[in-house]
Order: sequence, then structure tokens, then C-alpha cells
Amino acid sequence: MTRQAPTHLAGARPEAGTDQRQGTSAPPRRARDDRRVAWLFLLPVLVGFVVFYAYPTIRGVWYSFTDYSLLDEPAYVGGDNYRQLVGDAQFWNALKVTGYYVVVNIVSQTVVALGLAALMHRLTRSVLLRATLLVPWLVPNVTIGLLWAWLLDPDLGYVNHLIGLTGLDTTLSFNSPDWAMPLVALVNSWTFTGYTALLLYAGMLQIPPHLYEGAAIDGAGEWRMFRSITLPLLRPILALVLVVSLIGSFQIFDTVAVVYGGKAPIPETRVIYYYIFQRAFTYFDMGYASAVAMVLVVILGVLTTLQLRMLRASSSDLG
Amino acid sequence: MLSGSRIGRRAAWLALTVAVVLTVFPFYWMVRTALTPAADLWTDATSLWPHRPTLVNFARLLNLVGPEAARAAGGSGARIDFLLYTLNSVVYSGLIAVVQTFCCAMAGYAFARLRFPGRDVAFGVIIAALMVPPIFTILPNFVLVKQLGLLNSLPGLVLPSLLMTPFAVFFLRQFFLSIPRDVEEAATLEGVGRWGMFWRIVLPMSRGPLITIGLTTVVWSWKDYLWPLLTGKGEDSRVLTVGLGVFLQQSPNTAPDWTGLMAGSVLSIIPVLLLLIFLGRRLVQSMNFSGIK
Repeated sequence: MTRQAPTHLAGARPEAGTDQRQGTSAPPRRARDDRRVAWLFLLPVLVGFVVFYAYPTIRGVWYSFTDYSLLDEPAYVGGDNYRQLVGDAQFWNALKVTGYYVVVNIVSQTVVALGLAALMHRLTRSVLLRATLLVPWLVPNVTIGLLWAWLLDPDLGYVNHLIGLTGLDTTLSFNSPDWAMPLVALVNSWTFTGYTALLLYAGMLQIPPHLYEGAAIDGAGEWRMFRSITLPLLRPILALVLVVSLIGSFQIFDTVAVVYGGKAPIPETRVIYYYIFQRAFTYFDMGYASAVAMVLVVILGVLTTLQLRMLRASSSDLG
Repeated sequence: MLSGSRIGRRAAWLALTVAVVLTVFPFYWMVRTALTPAADLWTDATSLWPHRPTLVNFARLLNLVGPEAARAAGGSGARIDFLLYTLNSVVYSGLIAVVQTFCCAMAGYAFARLRFPGRDVAFGVIIAALMVPPIFTILPNFVLVKQLGLLNSLPGLVLPSLLMTPFAVFFLRQFFLSIPRDVEEAATLEGVGRWGMFWRIVLPMSRGPLITIGLTTVVWSWKDYLWPLLTGKGEDSRVLTVGLGVFLQQSPNTAPDWTGLMAGSVLSIIPVLLLLIFLGRRLVQSMNFSGIK
């Protein structure tokens, strides 16, 4: 369910306009048959869509205007939940914490991934290397969370052991208010950097090699080529990858839910997804949780529109 | 390739090596911990290889040793059945991947190739659903599954994503649009019907994208946590990710059962690792094949 459109699938986009002649050359009987057949083809998806996407969306909006504890029927309270939201310090904290996480995560992940992709692009085509970098992305976030909770254990964690060897007097821990959020952001960057690097690498493969050859003959160095060829030509893909990672990182939940051993996270890492989860399933306040989720709908709606525009999902390429 | 200085080239390789080590070492440490007897955790926390390697942590997760022996090896003795959770995870992600890919392919084909009234509106509405973040529909879907009496059952677990996701419909439609029309026109002259066209011509031609979306769906549902956490709490419908979380909370003392947890973590990645080994080329290359043109 917590699924984000994977960017690497975004590309099977045909040239716009391949479908312009839709049906015009088919005989009329065929067109009549098509109408009947089409709804049969669509039936399973339409059922799934109406029951588990459309109807729940409408219900979710309705819940956000109700007081609903899951036990009694939802009771309409108008805009009360939203009014409460404005004065809810925990909600604002969740937004702030999420925003901080998104920025740190996106910046560190994208910068490192861009560097990795450029190195791979100029040095090697090894599939083994790419497969290795993909592994953290394949692994459940729950496993990743456990693994890093162990590596960063204050007493026995290997990372803290290494820090001790350097003589520094610091202990990294998810329970330290100063370190918790940077650590969560770094762990998730660690998870997704390889994946992001592969997407950017795939984009770099589209750049015609002769551009580099020409530049090399003109005496351009690697850094110059990266700045003048790779970066400008990669911009559309870089933008798409950025938006998709942004959408994804607003929805951070698993890592935070796991690194505290199943207990609630400290305020410094209580992200918005977790706050919604807590409101709905710890306090059984479905109505209020839905109102908070509505805020997320608005934020992500803007970003997704941007993403769809980049994927050119406009109906203009419908025949 | 690199025309620059030798030093620059070496530095570049060094950077890639560092990236690989940083990627691999945490997993190595996971395996290393899983092979450590719980009793040695405090005395042998930092050597690169455990002094007394053991498989007992795996054995107790798979219920190969009795509760007494499990407690002796550092477990809580509470029943934990990773074999069942793995099976549940395989069923959960396999079922969703196969059924969803097939249903979305049918719809994608209809949207790409058939002409019928309401098509553009229907497609537009489905695409609009991409804007709704999962958490928003998870709340009402939880209520719905609860009202249907399907909480803590496999059907309740798979139903919401079994038939479709808007993205899969979108993705497959885009691919089907790119199939040359002549192929189908030739088949029409041969008297092949719509179903035959889809089943015998379009699907075989689309093996690449179908596998790509199927694989991605497997990976995502394998990693899934929040939905199964809410709806699959019971032992029978518990998937691996939820099982690991439960295991974490069951720790007997104040400190978590790290050796057992790492053994469970290893088990949770073996299946996806196998997927990577057997279909890795496909998975890795799908990223350039679809290559965000």
C-alpha cells in the first residue's frame, strides 16, 4: 500500500501522437464490438479502483469532518478537526520535523547519487557493481531500520565502536535528540542513494558519447565535461528523480517505527506519517487523523501534479 | 574513458570502492551478528568474525529447537515462526504481483487500443488517484476491511492492492501505445478477435515491461509494512516485516535480542537476494531499458 510510483518505470513513454489514428481505420462493427469488450477488459481494475481507491478517498474526506473513534458511527463536527489542527503544537512539530527530514534526505541522497552515477558512467559498465548498489533498495525498510538500530546501539553498536577507536567522545544514537533526525535521514539516504544513482546513470546513458569525445579532443577535463555536458543534458531526468524522491520522503514511516523498538519515537523524529498513524490507531481518533492526512494530500497533490506533468501524463496523448 | 590524470582515475575508483564497502559492510555485520551466540554478544562485540560461530539463532527462528533451548540461546521463548511468515510474505507479494500485473495489463490495453465512450474520463480519474497518498486511503480501507470481517486474514491483506494500482495502469498503457498498429491490423485480417489479440499477440510482445512492473510490484509488496501491520497482526496472516517488528517488541530483557533479530533480518532478505541473483540483469537493466527518455 505504501507505494510510490517508481521512477525507473517512468520511461516507457511512447512518442506523443502515436495513437492519433485510434480506430479510424477500423470498420464500424469492430468499433461497436470494442465498446462491449472494453468494459470487460476494464472490469477488474474498475472494481479495484472504485472499492479501494475512489470510495475510501470520499470516505476519508468525510471522516475529516467527523468525530470517529472506530467504535461508534462517525459524528459530523464540521470544521472542528481543522480548527484544532491550527493550534496543535504536535501537528506543527510533525510538519517541521518532516520538512527537515525531507531536505536533509533529498540533498544528501541526490548529491552523492549524482557523483556515483557520474563515476560509473565514466569508469565502468559493471552489472555486478550496479546490482550491489541496488541491494539496500531491495531490502524491507523494517530490516534496514533494525540493522541500523543495531549498528548504532549505544553500548554494542559497531559504528559507535569505530567512533570510540578514533578517540572522539560522541555516541550516535536514535535516542539522542540532537542526532536522532540526522541519523534517520542518513539511514534512509543510505538506503536510496544506490537506487537514485542507477536512475541517474540510466539517464546519463542517453547522452550521446560523441559529445564527450569532442570535448576531450578540445582538452576539456572531467569536471568541465560534467558541468557543461552531463549536468545540463541530465536536467529533465534529475528534476523528475528529485520530485519522485520528494514525494517518497514525505511518506517516511517504517524506519522511524522500527528504530525505537516498537515504542513511539521521540518528538524530534515524530514525522507526519507517524503522527497520523498514532492519532488513528493509538488514540482511535480517525476523524482527526484524516484531517491531518488531508494536509498531506494537499502537499503531495502539488508535487504529484508536477511529476505527472514531467511524465507528460496529460490526456493530450490520448487518441 | 577517463582521459584525465592517473591520479584522478585512481581517486575515482577509490570513491566507487568506498561506496561499495559502505553498501556491503552493514549487511556483512548483519550476517556476522546472526552467527554469534547471544551469550558472546558482550564479550565479543567487535571482532570481524565471531569467536564461536553458530547457527543456533537461525535454528530457533525456524523452530528447530525447543523453547527451552531457544531461551538458553537468548530468545524469549515466545513462539515465533519465521517459516510461516516467509511463506505469508511470498504468497502476499506473489499474488499481488501476478494478479495486479495481469488486470492492469488488460485495462492498459483497453485504454491504449480500444475506443469507447468515457474512456478519457475514466483514465483521467484513475490517474488523479496518484495524487492521494497511501496513508489517506489506508484509514478508510482499514475500516472497510474491518467491516467486511477480513481483518487478520490473507484476503483482507491482499484485497486493496490485488486488482490494481493507478501507476501500473498508467505505465502499461504507455507501453501498449507504442506497439505498432500494423501488427494488430494484420491480425484483424486473419480474423483474430480482441481477446486473442491481447492474449496471443500483445502480451507476448510486452514481456519486458510486464516483467519490469511485476518485479517492482514484488519488491514493493515484499517491503510493505504499514498495511500488513494494521491488518495482518494475527499469527496466520503475519508477513515477515511485521514478524520482525513483533519479534523486536518481544525481547525478554531490557536489551533487544540482537542475534535473533539479525538472523531474522538475514532471512528477510534472502528471497529478494535470490530474485536479484536470478533476475538481477533484468532488474538492473530495466532501469535503462525504460531509461526515462
